[in-house]
Amino acid sequence: MTEIAFVEKQIAGWGNYPLVDARLARVERYAELAEWAHRPCLARGLGRAYGDAAISLQGHTLLTMRLNRFLSFDPVSGLLCAEAGVSLDDILRVVMPQGWFLPVTPGTRYVTLGGAIASDVHGKNHHHVGSFSAFVKSIVLFTVHGPLRCSAEENAACFWATVGGMGMTGLIGEVELQLKPIQSADMSVTHVPAANLTEIMALMRDPAQDDEYTVAWIDCLAQGEALGRSILVRGHHIDGSLGPAPGAARLSMPVNLPGFCLNSHSVRAFNSLYYRWQSRKTAPHRVAIAPFFYPLDGIRDWPKLYGKGGFVQYQFVLPEGSAEAGIREVLARISEGGNASFLAVLKRFGAQGEGLLSFPMPGFTLALDIPLRAGTLTLLDTLDTIVLAHGGRVYLAKDARMSASTLQQMYPRLAEWQSIRHQLDPNGLYVSALGQRLEMC
Amino acid sequence: MTQILIVGATSAMARGAAFAWAAQGHRLLLAGRDVNELARLASDIQVRFQTRAEVIELDLDHNADRPAWVVNLEAEYGQVDGVLLAAGWMPDSESMRRGDDAMRVIQRNYTGPVALLNAFADVFEQRELGFIVGIASVAGDRGRQSNYPYGAAKAGFATYLAGLRNRLFHAGVSVMTVKPGFVDTRMTFGLPGLFLVADPMQVGEVIVHAQRRGRNEIYVPGFWRLILLIIRHVPEFIFKRLKL
Repeated sequence: MTEIAFVEKQIAGWGNYPLVDARLARVERYAELAEWAHRPCLARGLGRAYGDAAISLQGHTLLTMRLNRFLSFDPVSGLLCAEAGVSLDDILRVVMPQGWFLPVTPGTRYVTLGGAIASDVHGKNHHHVGSFSAFVKSIVLFTVHGPLRCSAEENAACFWATVGGMGMTGLIGEVELQLKPIQSADMSVTHVPAANLTEIMALMRDPAQDDEYTVAWIDCLAQGEALGRSILVRGHHIDGSLGPAPGAARLSMPVNLPGFCLNSHSVRAFNSLYYRWQSRKTAPHRVAIAPFFYPLDGIRDWPKLYGKGGFVQYQFVLPEGSAEAGIREVLARISEGGNASFLAVLKRFGAQGEGLLSFPMPGFTLALDIPLRAGTLTLLDTLDTIVLAHGGRVYLAKDARMSASTLQQMYPRLAEWQSIRHQLDPNGLYVSALGQRLEMC
Repeated sequence: MTQILIVGATSAMARGAAFAWAAQGHRLLLAGRDVNELARLASDIQVRFQTRAEVIELDLDHNADRPAWVVNLEAEYGQVDGVLLAAGWMPDSESMRRGDDAMRVIQRNYTGPVALLNAFADVFEQRELGFIVGIASVAGDRGRQSNYPYGAAKAGFATYLAGLRNRLFHAGVSVMTVKPGFVDTRMTFGLPGLFLVADPMQVGEVIVHAQRRGRNEIYVPGFWRLILLIIRHVPEFIFKRLKL
């Protein structure tokens, strides 16, 4: 490869903000990764990070979608080896009919293995099993030093810097992942309504209400006594017959919705209806895997709901002790500002992993979608202050606007990560727009 | 179940065709120069479709004794029932005009493929069984200053396939010519002036379905037939003045 073919294009993350001029290149053969590791570049998988995490400003943004080959799968042990550009959707299509499932899955199956590792994604079972990296047996990382196999045992420092390292430690080539056995493609799901925040948090802490997977949907616009009104959704895999893997999206958002469609009144009405409708499903019922884990994957291009201006997602975690007070403060801010959010999701996190920049810590995490309007960024700065004051942190995979000083206060192992990163990338080649904004490198 | 040889199997279109054939349960022989890359494609097909895929090292830069090569291949892997010739090469428009690259364009897009298909044609004709699919190009339908050496080699290949189709028809062997338009491959990535670029995986699938339906010559995506119909009918005294 002598000359680099690239396309100049404005790109953004999944939230469509910020839009950035980028030079897109695509890696077509595995051997090219070793060459790319000597150039300024940053890997980009399916572009599901919400902000500017998968964009290089100083070099090429390297599309990895063609490196999506499965290398081996053992249907007896459930050990899978694949290139980092393989998507979770690809994996489910192959392994679900053979009785296997992802041990940890985020809310979309349209992310790559490489992206899942770079963000050390979590699922609705974090409080039991930890994040994605807990099941990654090893990776092959390409840097200026050549390909390096890393795992919790081998080159462990590189492994834990890469896990959650937002792609800035090198290019992930291959991944070995331990899957989880399932008996059917269905879940048993129960909904438990909660009148307010105190109630939902008590429910989520109650061992009797616990399940393999738990998540709560919060009506962000409920105020006063009803602040934090929510529905606990809990479920587990059940026995039965194995169906096919989830199909492609059935609905799609063809155009950006005009801004006026999404206002506090329409969202309030939607939330109230949704709350009442979902509250009635208090008996265990059967739900297929796709709608349980990937409700939004059913609507292609759903961010267009938020119109052309895009939106930001704000996800933070607070430690057990201060979680309730902190979340109460955040919800109060949001509902008083009338900032519509369709989607507010509360989850419980368990023990922290060893990823130096991994997001989860024991406590509660709240994720909010907020359409970008005048005042939104100021609101988010206020939320940062609240999160910091309560000893929490913000999820980098979803961030598009945080400041460097906030980051430093939120991630205590940042300096440790920086020193390992510097060894892996002494010339500062693999720096994302996010990394530059947050002065991480 | 049949066994299909894919030559130039690292091409993105070939991968699409390989997936479609593997999904139907056919065994695949993946041939090309880059055996490391082929091994990855083969394991991918085995994991996705639980069907066999073998790696065959083959370099069309040489026209070595191809009849013997075919005999050896079948001795080792069993009868080949179909061949997809997807190999091809296009350097940038400057370097394809002169020197070694100019000759390589002819070798890799015409002479090399023809030497191999000559050997398979004899075997299939005698056996009265088999099929051949060759990937030509819309660039072969009319010479343009930007890529005429490549277009000429592909035009030669298309004419070769047309003649072969005529010859092998009488033995019940089908020959299909594929003329892809702009496809999102390594060859076209980053090139200026492309439009309506097709997904190579879908192109591969279209090829497999068309072969099964016994088509003779296809443009993929299909609208390129119309575009080329127009381009072919522009009078030469006008065409030569255009900057295409």
